[in-house]
Amino acid sequence: MSSSLGIIMLVHTALDRAEQVARHWTAAGCPVVIHVDRKVARQVHDDFVSACADDPLIVFCDRHVCHWGGWGIVAATQTAAEQMLDRFPDVRHVFLSSGACLPLRPVQDLIDYLADRPRVDFIESATTADVSWTVGGLDAERFTLRFPFSWRKHRKLFDRFVKLQRAVGYRRRIPDGLVPHMGSQWWCLTRQTLSAILQDPKRPIYDRYFRHVWIPDESYFQTLARLYSTQIESRSLTLSKFDYQGRPHIFDDDHLQLLRRSDCFVARKIWPQADRLYRTFLSDQPGALKPAEPNPGKIDRVFSRAVERRTRGRDGLYMQSRFPRHGSENGLTAFPYSVFQGFSELFIDFEDWLANTTGARVHGHLFAPERAEFAGRETLVNGALSDSATLRDYNPTAFLSNLIWNTRGERQCFQFGPADTQKINWFLARDKNAQVSVVTGAWAVPLFRSNQNFAEIRAQAARLQKIESEQLEVLDSVWTKARVRIWSMAEFVESPIEHLQTVIDEMGVSQPGHLIEAPRMVDLSGFGKFLQNLKNQGMHPFLMGDFPVDDVFGGQTRPYHKPYLVQ
Amino acid sequence: MGSRVSLLDSYRMRLRRKRRLLRCARRRRDLTPVQDKTRQIRPDDILLMSVVRNEKIRLPWFLSYYRKLGIDHFLFVDNDSDDGTLEFLAQQPDVSVWHTASSYRRATFGIDWSNHLLRRYAHGHWVLTVDPDEFFVYPFCDTRPLRALTDWLDGTGVRSFGTMLLDMYPEGPIQDAPYHEGQDPFEIAPWFDSGNYVISKNPDYGNLWIQGGPRARMFFRDRPEKAPALNKIPLVRWDRRYVYVSSTHALLPRGLNQVYDEWGGEKASGALLHAKLINTLGTKVQEELKRGQHYRGSAEYKAYLAQLENRPVFWCKWSEKYINWRQLEILGLMSKGNWA
Repeated sequence: MSSSLGIIMLVHTALDRAEQVARHWTAAGCPVVIHVDRKVARQVHDDFVSACADDPLIVFCDRHVCHWGGWGIVAATQTAAEQMLDRFPDVRHVFLSSGACLPLRPVQDLIDYLADRPRVDFIESATTADVSWTVGGLDAERFTLRFPFSWRKHRKLFDRFVKLQRAVGYRRRIPDGLVPHMGSQWWCLTRQTLSAILQDPKRPIYDRYFRHVWIPDESYFQTLARLYSTQIESRSLTLSKFDYQGRPHIFDDDHLQLLRRSDCFVARKIWPQADRLYRTFLSDQPGALKPAEPNPGKIDRVFSRAVERRTRGRDGLYMQSRFPRHGSENGLTAFPYSVFQGFSELFIDFEDWLANTTGARVHGHLFAPERAEFAGRETLVNGALSDSATLRDYNPTAFLSNLIWNTRGERQCFQFGPADTQKINWFLARDKNAQVSVVTGAWAVPLFRSNQNFAEIRAQAARLQKIESEQLEVLDSVWTKARVRIWSMAEFVESPIEHLQTVIDEMGVSQPGHLIEAPRMVDLSGFGKFLQNLKNQGMHPFLMGDFPVDDVFGGQTRPYHKPYLVQ
Repeated sequence: MGSRVSLLDSYRMRLRRKRRLLRCARRRRDLTPVQDKTRQIRPDDILLMSVVRNEKIRLPWFLSYYRKLGIDHFLFVDNDSDDGTLEFLAQQPDVSVWHTASSYRRATFGIDWSNHLLRRYAHGHWVLTVDPDEFFVYPFCDTRPLRALTDWLDGTGVRSFGTMLLDMYPEGPIQDAPYHEGQDPFEIAPWFDSGNYVISKNPDYGNLWIQGGPRARMFFRDRPEKAPALNKIPLVRWDRRYVYVSSTHALLPRGLNQVYDEWGGEKASGALLHAKLINTLGTKVQEELKRGQHYRGSAEYKAYLAQLENRPVFWCKWSEKYINWRQLEILGLMSKGNWA
């Protein structure tokens, strides 16, 4: 007695595997109708047929030429289905599969499962408005435009012709009574539904229409089943995952456990040389103790992660297969970090204080002219990144993105200033992971406290001020994505702790609400006079803000200003 | 205007490719077959192409590594070895080997020879072009054979596969890590730098230019621009119109160099573990300098010679010890892309 389940197999390659799977089906009593793509050479086809000749449950149907996205696949399915219904009158459910499909559970499980649901059609079938997975962004238009050019071979022509049709407002008429539905090509339909589709008096009209729909194998049965089925379960019994280009993912030997735990009946595509998979799943397996529903969730996650890795990648990573163009980086670096400008000039032992307060890794001037001042003045840090200024300046953005990538998970802080190499400014400004806090003009403090000749001081002050104001323009640009705070020095020293608190709070390191121990500020008495001297020498120091000549800054007499926050 | 420039550019590249093809056709006279088993090559075979000179000590491990990976047939050019390399290769069942005593430099550092053999024997095949000290690692290489990768690449319409050359080094001075024939070189040199590489794009060929790693930080500290290129595209579904233009760093037509994603995503990629920094480097450097047959007047080898006298130690506390491809993937030195 033959079974109530019939299998249609569409094959075009790896015929030995197809034969193996076909025999697995027939061993459980399921008849198999095989369609071999017309593109397969006659000799290969004939050998295949004679190899299967000893099995009366394997039959072959007339061949059609099948191209991806073309009508041939539907025609092949129709022919095979007609043959199945004719030849095997006991068949109640017809299961459409390909040569790369592999049953994961004992065939009897599937037979029982279907016997419990004798009137259910398993076919993924959704209206165009409800699907988001279409290739080429065409969903509703598949049904209303014409597609004489191959998407795979003549993409440009294909796209242009679509555009042309859109431009002239061309639309095909959808035959009356049809509501376009789409879904996975792999279905399992009842005899009643399938024969209703195949024997419909209007079939020539429908066929004529679908012949010119794009990828009709994803819509022909999916649409017509809606006309006749009494009960549609809109899902496929075949586990099939697609990547972002609409190509099926391939299962290899190392997916064995994943597949086994999925409880799916059939999976595709299986790599033809996945010996272990074929060996395992085609041997006699114990049936499920209790009927389990297919649960492809875990496989779904594995493959959607893979798609995300391909389309989005890892932020802040630059490598041989990810090198985003300017503006396409998603994130320029891998992890948030903080840049402090003017703080180590204003506060005594600022680096140590910051490290103690925040627990972050605090570097000195990473872009100092002589060397990268890593925390603890190490010569190498994570990833064997060197402190050599030559290596760093050869590609400063790679230096910084490497440092942040290598230490991802640990917040990095570093000092910056106008005396440092400035080539990194645009990168800092564009990076949303950067928190940049600048006290402008603080570079004057070391000059003020230095023992240099005044003419020298004046020249340096002029140079540093020019560099810093250029840097401020960058930080102030419309392309800036970094979290930037800028205070003039005068503004900052009015209430330094409040400003510092704001910055530290934003770093999000868990600390009590207020700073326990404030860092000590350097003695600034006489600084106002120092600035006045610079002015008297013809320089115009403006980045510090207004310091009275008589040294009465620092008392918190003026009202508290909100920091200048650019986001 | 823009399109005219790019048309002109395409034409220039086309000429350059043709010139390369012509060169390799001319240089084919350099090659004498010593053991020609190319008739064994079946249509689906995966091939390996390599130019060697005095590498006898490395070859047993090299061959066994790549046989295990799934290479079906090896194509070797022996550039006048005197250490038994040629004899050893000629005895192998799956190796075809050609001999030449001609100038390595005049054959554009060997690529004219490989281009010729690739054109002749690799048309339509996946072929891996590597040096005898380069060991190919790709996603899932511990559970899937090379053919799983090439089938997947075929299925996704990809013709070339990018890698990065990862310099491996021992813990002590490299002279103190003696390598013996048949040994896995990464037993003695399992360490590498994980995060000090710099990348820029080569506007001519569109390939990436990667530098950095231990050689840059030790040997080229003061002239980082001279540090060797680490980008390689060793695995290609060959066509007789293709040519390598500069080692395996770049190919023509330029589309083959597009092994990286430019829109933020990651394509699948691998690594070539580079077993250069072991005790055999010393003799190699002496020999190569005597020949003077290397790129940029052998500047790279001159740098090595100067540095080797100081008995360099590449190892530092941030060195990573190689475990497997997954480790490289996590470190960002290769990617699974959308292969799952």
